[in-house]
Amino acid sequence: MDSSANETLPNNVENKSARILPLVLKNVSYEKAGMRLIKDLSVTFNFGSLTVILGPNGAGKSLLLRLCHGLIKPSKGTVDWCGPKVSVPQRYQAMVFQRPVMLRRSVIANLSHSLKYRGINKAERTQKIDNILQHTGLSRLAKVPARLLSVGEQQRLAVARAWSLDPEVLFMDEPTAALDPAATHSLENIIGAIKKSGTKIIMSTHDLGQAKRLADEVLFLYRGRLLEQADASQFFKKPNNDLAQSFMRGELLWWNRQELKPPEQLKERRQK
Amino acid sequence: MVEPPRVKTTRTIEGTTAKMRLFPGFLLKFKWSLAIVAVSLLLSVTNAFATNGFIVVASTTSTVNSGLFKNILPKFTKTTGISVRVLGVGTGQAINVAERGDADILFVHHKISEVEFVKNAFGVKRYDVMYNDFIVVGPQDDPADVQKAKNVVEAYKKIAAAKSIFVSRGDESGTHKKSLEFWRTIPVDLVNSSGKWYREAGSGMGATLNLTSSINGYTLTDRSTWMAFQNKGSLVVLFEGDPSMRNQYGITMVNPTRHKHVKAPLASAFIGWVISNDGQAAINDFRISGKQTFFANAAGYKKIN
Amino acid sequence: MEIGDAFAAAMALIINFESGLAEIVLLSLQVSIIAVAIACLIGLPIGAALAVFQFPGRTAIAVILNAMMGLPPVVVGLIVYLTLSRSGPLGTLGLLYTPTAMIIAQICLVTPIIAALTRQTTEDLWQEYAEHLRSIGIGPWRAVTTLLWDNRFSLITTILAGFGRASAEVGAVMIVGGNIDHVTRVMTTSIALETSKGDLALALGLGIILLALALSVNAAAFIINDAAMKRHG
Repeated sequence: MDSSANETLPNNVENKSARILPLVLKNVSYEKAGMRLIKDLSVTFNFGSLTVILGPNGAGKSLLLRLCHGLIKPSKGTVDWCGPKVSVPQRYQAMVFQRPVMLRRSVIANLSHSLKYRGINKAERTQKIDNILQHTGLSRLAKVPARLLSVGEQQRLAVARAWSLDPEVLFMDEPTAALDPAATHSLENIIGAIKKSGTKIIMSTHDLGQAKRLADEVLFLYRGRLLEQADASQFFKKPNNDLAQSFMRGELLWWNRQELKPPEQLKERRQK
Repeated sequence: MVEPPRVKTTRTIEGTTAKMRLFPGFLLKFKWSLAIVAVSLLLSVTNAFATNGFIVVASTTSTVNSGLFKNILPKFTKTTGISVRVLGVGTGQAINVAERGDADILFVHHKISEVEFVKNAFGVKRYDVMYNDFIVVGPQDDPADVQKAKNVVEAYKKIAAAKSIFVSRGDESGTHKKSLEFWRTIPVDLVNSSGKWYREAGSGMGATLNLTSSINGYTLTDRSTWMAFQNKGSLVVLFEGDPSMRNQYGITMVNPTRHKHVKAPLASAFIGWVISNDGQAAINDFRISGKQTFFANAAGYKKIN
Repeated sequence: MEIGDAFAAAMALIINFESGLAEIVLLSLQVSIIAVAIACLIGLPIGAALAVFQFPGRTAIAVILNAMMGLPPVVVGLIVYLTLSRSGPLGTLGLLYTPTAMIIAQICLVTPIIAALTRQTTEDLWQEYAEHLRSIGIGPWRAVTTLLWDNRFSLITTILAGFGRASAEVGAVMIVGGNIDHVTRVMTTSIALETSKGDLALALGLGIILLALALSVNAAAFIINDAAMKRHG
C-alpha cells in the first residue's frame, strides 16, 4: 500500500461537501445497569479533520463512537446530524470495530454484501470492489474466505469494506488494538488515504503514538467525561487538563476504577 | 446471494486440498442436470398409482396381516381398474374411521357392532362375506390343561382357575370383544386380576401374539393371523372347534347420504364383486402354507358347505 | 441368532432388490425429503427471525419451540388425523391416507426442530454480526437472510436432525397414512407391520436398511459440509 495511489481513489475530495456533518452531541449521558458510563457530554464534530478520541481503557471511547454512529441511544441528551441530508444519516456513515466482523464469505463477497444493501448495482459494485482491493492491497486475497485471513488482513478488509461505502464519516474503534506494528503501519497508511479522499474520520485509540501520527483534533475522555477537546498540535504540546497531562506521561496506566492515586500514594498503601 | 468461489484459492489450508476434489470437475459441470434428475425421481412416485379411481376399505389386521387382500385385490383391480386401499386396524378403530367418513367400505368381524353401525345410519347394508374361526393358543406344556376342555367356556375357566397367564388384546377389536363375551359367562374378577395373570396388551393381534409367545401365556386369536404369524415360539393351538368360536366377517358400504364424498358406485362395485361367485372363489382359493384360511359364505353363494 | 437372521434378511432384500422394497424406500425418501424441505422454508426464517427480532413474548416462543422439539409423533399424528378426517375442518380436501397427509404430519414434527435449532445457532452468529449489520443499515429481514446464508454449514446439521426425525418416526405416518400397501407404506410402517406379523427378522432387516440409508445421508452431508467449511472458514 502506498499513498501515491491517492490520485485514483474512488472518492474525490473536490466533489465533496458536508452532507450530514456537523454532528452535534448535547448533554449526552448513557447509563447501563445503573452505572453512568457517559456523563453529560457535549461536543461538535466538523467536516474535514481527523478526530482522535483518546483515553485509557474504560473511559467510554467505544460507547461514544457507538452513540455517535447510532448503534446505541443516549439515556439523556441528543445526538443530531445537522447537514442537508439528515433524513438518512446512516447512508453516509460507516464503522470499523476493534474486532473485525468477518462474514463467512470470501473477501469479495464481504465487500459486495454491504454495497449490495446500499443499493449499488452489480457493474458498479464490481468496479468499486476492484478499486478498493487495489488500494488496500487485498487484490491477491480476493477469493480467500475472509475468516482465513490473518487478523491484520481481516482488519484491512473491514476498513476496505467501510471505505467502499463512500462514507462522509467513518468511525473506527481502536482499529489497530490487536495488530502488530507492521499491520498497524499498513493500516495507518490506509487511514491516511481515506482521510485524503475527503472522509471525516473519528477514531478512538489508547495508543499515544498513533494519536500523534494521525490526529488533527483530539478529544480526551476520562471515566465517561470529556475533559479536553483541542487541536492535535496544541494538545500534544501541552494539554490543559491535568489528567490528560498525566495520561501523556503514562501515569494513567496505573489507573484504578475506585480512585486515582499518584504512584507515590499507591506505594505507601502497599507498604501498610 | 454470492456463489461460493469455485476457483482454487491462493492458499491451501491443511487437509482441504484432498477434500476439495471430492466432486471431480465433470460432476460439477453436470450438477444441475443431476439435481433435476434427482428431483423428478423424487416426485415420480406419487403418479405411479393412477388408475380408474380408488376406494378406501377400513378393515382389520387379520385380513391384512394374513395376506388375504394382497392375494384377492389384484383380481378385482384387473377386471374393474379400481384400486382398493386397505387400512388394517382393529375392528373398533375401523368402525370409528368409517363413522368419520374416512373410508368408503367397512370390512370387519364383529356382527353386533356392524349391525349397530348400519342401524345408526353410518352404513347402508351389511353383507356376510366369509368366516374363519377363533382358536385358543398357549404354551406347549399347557399348564391349565386347556386341551381337555369340552368347550371354549370351560377352556377359559381352566385358565382362570390355574391363574395361568392370559394375554388379552385390550383394544376393543373384534377379537377382544369376542374374548370378553367368553369371560363374561364365568365368575371371574378380571379387573382385579389385570396385571397379575390377566394381561391387557392394548395392541393388535400380531403384537399380542409376540407378547404371548415371549411370556408363554394363553390368548385368543383368529386362525388366519395365527397361520401367517412367524414368531410362534413354543405356542401351539390348544383349543379349537367350538361353534361359538366362529368368526364371521361382514362388508358394509359407508352411508353416502351421510358422507357425500363416499364413492358409492366404486364401493358397490367392490361389494358386488366380493359377494359374487368370482370374489367368493378368490377368498376360498386363498391359502396359507397350503391351507384354506377363510371360508366364503355370502348369502346366495352356494359353492361351499 | 435372530440378529444374524436379520442381517441375512437385510442382505437378501438388497440383493434381490424387490420392486416392493424399492417402492417403499423411495416413498420414504420422497415423503421425508419433501416434508423437511417445506419445514425448512417455514422453520429457517422463523428461527433466524426469533434470533434477530426483539419483541415481547420472544423468550416464551423460544421455550415453546424447544419443548415442541419433543412432540410425541402419535399426538401430532392424531391432531393431523382429526384435522384431515372427513369429519374434521379440512375433511373436504380428502387428504387422509395419502402421502400428502404424511408429509403434513412430518412437517408438523420437523418444523419446531428446525426453527429451534436455527434460532440457537443463528443467535450466536447474530451476536457476532449485529453491530456490523446495523452499522451498514441492514433491516432485520435482510439480516435474517444474511445470517441464514452465512450460517449455512451449521444449518446443514440442523436440517439433518430434522430429516432424521422425519425418516425415523412411525407414530404419525401410521395414523395419517394408514400404512396402505403401494400408497402410504414407508420403511417405518413396514417395520411395524412385519413386527406385528411376527416376522422379526424381516422387520429388523428393514430396520438395517433404514439405518444404512440414514447413515449414508448423514455421512455424505458431513463430508460435503466439512470440505465446504474448511474452504469458507
